Amino acid sequence: MTDAAYALDAIRKPAFPFPARHFLTVAELDPPTVGALLDLANGFVDLNRQKNKKLDLLKGRTLINLFFEASTRTQSSFELAGKRLGADVVNMSPRASSISKGETLIDTAVTLNAMKPDILVIRHGSSGAASLLSQKVSCSVINAGDGQHEHPSQALLDALSMRRAFGHVDGLTVAICGDVLHSRVARSNIGLLTLLGANVRVVGPPTLMPVDVARWGVEVHHDLKAGIAGADVVMMLRLQLERMQGALVPSMREYFRLWGLDREKLALAAPGVRVMHPGPMNRGVEIDSDVADDVTVSLIQDQVEMGVAARMAILATLAARLDNQ
Amino acid sequence: MTARPLAFVNARLVDPESGYDGPGALVVKDGRIGEVRREPALAGLSDDIRLVDAAGALLCPGLVDLRVKTGEPGSEPKETLKSAARAAAAGGVTSIVVQPDTDPVIDDPSVVDFILRRARDIGLVHVYPAGAATKGCRGEGMAEIGLMHEAGCVYVTDVDRPIIDSKVMRRLLAYAGALGVMVSHRPADPWLSNGASATEGEFAGRMGLASEPVAAETIMLERDLALVELTGARLLIDQISAAAPLARLERGKAQGLPLLATASINHLTFNELDIGDYRTFYKLVPPLRAENDRQALIDAVASGLVDIIVSAHAPAPAEDKRLPFDEAAPGAIGLETFLPALLSLHHDGRVSLARLIHAATLAPALAIGLAAGRLTVGAPADLLLADINAPRLIDADTLISKSKNSAFDGRRLQGQVLMTVADGRVVFEAG
Repeated sequence: MTDAAYALDAIRKPAFPFPARHFLTVAELDPPTVGALLDLANGFVDLNRQKNKKLDLLKGRTLINLFFEASTRTQSSFELAGKRLGADVVNMSPRASSISKGETLIDTAVTLNAMKPDILVIRHGSSGAASLLSQKVSCSVINAGDGQHEHPSQALLDALSMRRAFGHVDGLTVAICGDVLHSRVARSNIGLLTLLGANVRVVGPPTLMPVDVARWGVEVHHDLKAGIAGADVVMMLRLQLERMQGALVPSMREYFRLWGLDREKLALAAPGVRVMHPGPMNRGVEIDSDVADDVTVSLIQDQVEMGVAARMAILATLAARLDNQ
Repeated sequence: MTARPLAFVNARLVDPESGYDGPGALVVKDGRIGEVRREPALAGLSDDIRLVDAAGALLCPGLVDLRVKTGEPGSEPKETLKSAARAAAAGGVTSIVVQPDTDPVIDDPSVVDFILRRARDIGLVHVYPAGAATKGCRGEGMAEIGLMHEAGCVYVTDVDRPIIDSKVMRRLLAYAGALGVMVSHRPADPWLSNGASATEGEFAGRMGLASEPVAAETIMLERDLALVELTGARLLIDQISAAAPLARLERGKAQGLPLLATASINHLTFNELDIGDYRTFYKLVPPLRAENDRQALIDAVASGLVDIIVSAHAPAPAEDKRLPFDEAAPGAIGLETFLPALLSLHHDGRVSLARLIHAATLAPALAIGLAAGRLTVGAPADLLLADINAPRLIDADTLISKSKNSAFDGRRLQGQVLMTVADGRVVFEAG
């Protein structure tokens, strides 16, 4: 039996340990569940490299992508994942609907819910939006990013990328660098990676760190060189350019000098270090193109590929739970 | 209109003025307290009197709540003066001070007059308007404080909006102080607190909520204390909420500055963790603080450092609350849960019953110059009769307020109002 077949077999059993109807936060996950999701996703990676990429696990099911914030990769990743599993996929964005006409999030959700979708994938600019939605609808809700809170499918695909590159996540030293304060990617990754036994460091200027971040089970560094010394994985976060206002950081060039990743700084990391970035990148701000495009160190393209597989695993798992109800 | 005379026997009287807490009886006549006895029985009552056997229940002055928001005028679907007055009566609150951040703002004597006329027509509990400190609560030009005071406003405030400009605040304190009008101000540094919906710390960080440090409150309080020192004017510090500002308040009071401070019952009851999974009924101004701040606040009420407890009643309809946390309107209703929530502090053994009642009756009454808040012959017969032990499960849907945003929804509390009397008339009686 292939990995994928084995994992598919497992999730179809009613005893599969996926506890929730929704996929909202990494805080609801436990190591066996993550292990099963990663096994399944790993199988889908192989499937996605074949000519015929279609399965019928979600046949007859409807997936709605509800994206209040613009997104290229996450939205298309969920769309492809849904389609490859046989679901009907509808994309909704605020500009194309009545959301911008003063209809509230809940109204929109209730309206969409009345159309009987099976899975609603939501991205919204407010922390907690996905959780709020999940309380008001009868379908499964997947959080594709809520404000500065979480982006759990990103953490899963990052863990998958690391597991494929290193064979394990447990024991890896991962340095998450940059704007941790405003980053939902960082929050989900810190939660999932510490759950899986990685040593997580956060690196960046104090103005871009949450207060009390030291209590999250991570090592805190304000010096990039010290922060990435000996790291197996260096994960760079996107710096939103509007952070230049409001006295968070003075300028792009100073940021790049002190907290941007280039070849010279990367040399301090462990041999065989891999570089990650959730995208989209600001080249020359948080990361030098020379590093980003070097396929021997960069996992950035892998992350995009793993994104589809990881999301297929999430969809298949939620759908299996629906089937077993 | 003269109501039927009323007498209570077998009561547990708590009088915040004399400090008496013990058995007693009381007679109400012509809207005033006619007789007070420190023994359970009364003799020689006339036939027309309505005799109420309190059977050991608490009889104390009706609560005086200095911070109540309604939606009238301007947002009546939230709450009208009538629904607020009915909620107050059901909660044992006999005097409410309505906040001026309505539409139009109460920054003009005609709006003060409107509120007072509406309250008179409703005829339940006493309704007093607070006036805006600055025109439109915009923090710039001073409102017509003198004219509003003549019309009947009891203090001035810009409610939730901090007065940023220190020069405006200084002039306001000096001007209002000279007219004998108290200024109320919630200390918050806007640069640190704008956009925040939680208190900075581990919880807000993990939840990805925009947050303010407690220093936002401390910084503005320090400024206000310096301006009180400069002007000598009296200041009501609105809803102090954390340990660090309490330490500054203590120093200011020790220095002899003319300060009064309020705490909201919400901040005495809940901490930031009650926000839980983004529950918007716990989105408050100021945001809920850490547990050690709540403990410090309770200690400050017990010691008298905090003078007054308010319900901070702030109605918001479902459409303003069923939103993502950072988009939701702040505030929670509190009039009907005020008494049982206060009593929790007594039942938990943290604050004596007499001290709690003092902080919710006599202290606020004295602050705004009311004769209420005491059980003295000749004082207005504003009374509250309550079974302080009766268990209750709070169900927001059964509350009278037009908005149901109660932070106490689903909580088990103790304390049931049996009867509320305002000006000698029974305005609420448990059915």
